[in-house]
Amino acid sequence: MIAGSKLERAIRSGHFVVTAELGPPKGADISQLKHHAEANRNHVEAFNITDNQTAIVRTSSIACGATLVQMGLEPIIQITVRDRNRIAIQSDVLGAAALGIKNILCLAGDHQKFGNEPGAKGVYDIDSMQLLKGLKDLRDEGRFMGGDQLEGSISYFLGAVENPFADPFEYRVDRLEKKINAGASFIQTQCIFDLERFKKWMELVRERGLHKKVAILGGVTPIKSLGAARYMKNNVSGIIIPDQLIERLQGAQDKKAEGLKIAIETIQQLKEIEGVAGVHIMAIAWEEVVPEIVERAGLYPRPQI
Amino acid sequence: MIIAERKPLDQIMAMLEPFKRICVLGCGTCVTVCMAGGQKEAEELAALIGISRKKEKKDVEVTAFTIERQCEFEFVDQVAQQLKDCDVVLSLACGVGVQTLVERIPALRVLPGLNTKFMGYPVEQGVWVERCLGCGDCILHLTQGICPITRCAKSILNGPCGGSSEGKCELSREIDCAWHLIHQRLTELGRVGDLAVIQPPKDWSSAHHGGPRTIVREDVRLDRRE
Repeated sequence: MIAGSKLERAIRSGHFVVTAELGPPKGADISQLKHHAEANRNHVEAFNITDNQTAIVRTSSIACGATLVQMGLEPIIQITVRDRNRIAIQSDVLGAAALGIKNILCLAGDHQKFGNEPGAKGVYDIDSMQLLKGLKDLRDEGRFMGGDQLEGSISYFLGAVENPFADPFEYRVDRLEKKINAGASFIQTQCIFDLERFKKWMELVRERGLHKKVAILGGVTPIKSLGAARYMKNNVSGIIIPDQLIERLQGAQDKKAEGLKIAIETIQQLKEIEGVAGVHIMAIAWEEVVPEIVERAGLYPRPQI
Repeated sequence: MIIAERKPLDQIMAMLEPFKRICVLGCGTCVTVCMAGGQKEAEELAALIGISRKKEKKDVEVTAFTIERQCEFEFVDQVAQQLKDCDVVLSLACGVGVQTLVERIPALRVLPGLNTKFMGYPVEQGVWVERCLGCGDCILHLTQGICPITRCAKSILNGPCGGSSEGKCELSREIDCAWHLIHQRLTELGRVGDLAVIQPPKDWSSAHHGGPRTIVREDVRLDRRE
């Protein structure tokens, strides 16, 4: 056991893990976020709190994460390298740990061009790999990135993201391995719509035995409308939406119901893939459907951790 | 070389508003080659300024000429008197040239006529691309001649990120993913294994983040003591 977080214990228990994403609001009133967290209390092991997702200014992930801790829930705070340099990130990590946050997900972050402050100076002092390695060394060696010694000790469970739908495809498994070597104990993937490609990626992952070194949680997003599917297909780099999926939504009377059904089927298929340790549900602006997805996917009740 | 682009005419006219005797000073090096601030562009701009002022029915005396390099004192010194005869110098050099003029001839009023863009080269006539950020600690040996500091929008040292799709950057389908190119090149060279090395955080103190940079080389200084 590294940090003994609920997420880590759930992964180590060997149960199929469920995490869900919560996006902080563009304001200081986080009651809605708390409401969704409360509503999903018994349906997921942990909640990802996004860090100014899509480069849009929102309440900080650490503030929301600390609130979840107070509620007796398990946050996974996301940290991107877009907005903070190594001084600010390490300081925030110390602060997060002091507030009882035990899981950190390291990622690069969407470029500021896509957000509501497109003229912002992107920091990118370090990259997501260096962030992982830096936080691993801080925890395991008690050493800051600059070499200075940490006072006392610190503990957290480290995760990273990987995108089997980005290119070059053959490099995506190398990169997963690199992230494991850098310090990732769990991986959350980009939203899976192209299951064939995901299965191919998992095959390569298993060939190298990487699924035994890291817990891979497959990313699942329920699609709310045909427009949303088309938008993601055409505008979001690194997401692949097969034509059949678009056609299926097109043919459906109730798009929302069909979107849910697709997400549930995806989870059921992911459960059957060797080496997939769980799912990460990203119901963006649709958090209220998470319990239904979890229940209908046959993942409820959750095991006691 | 340094690539620059002329400022929009309305901005230039607004800057020039208080001045009557205007000298448009071209630069004969980088900006001549990138067709932003050489003799030809200086003459064209001088003519445009004249026409523009005429429309406004305001007097103006515009001259246009070019020196070899605005970024070297010896070339600036040669035209110092000529420049002092004007109310203002509209420099068509990069930002370095503008500042050299001011430093060498403090009595001058100097305005920038160009926006200095980047260090790069033309890939074809009329298309220039950025290739170096001047970070002060070159890593092109690690990436086999393709700079991720400059060409990756996130300056990632352990790429490609999850936004790389079909060889293109998440920012735009028009931008090549630098790390896709690096991966391809390393594959061709049989060195793709190099990418397994976790590149440590870059020391940005050698870049501008360490403050304005100065190089002092005693071996070539004229006043060096043996």
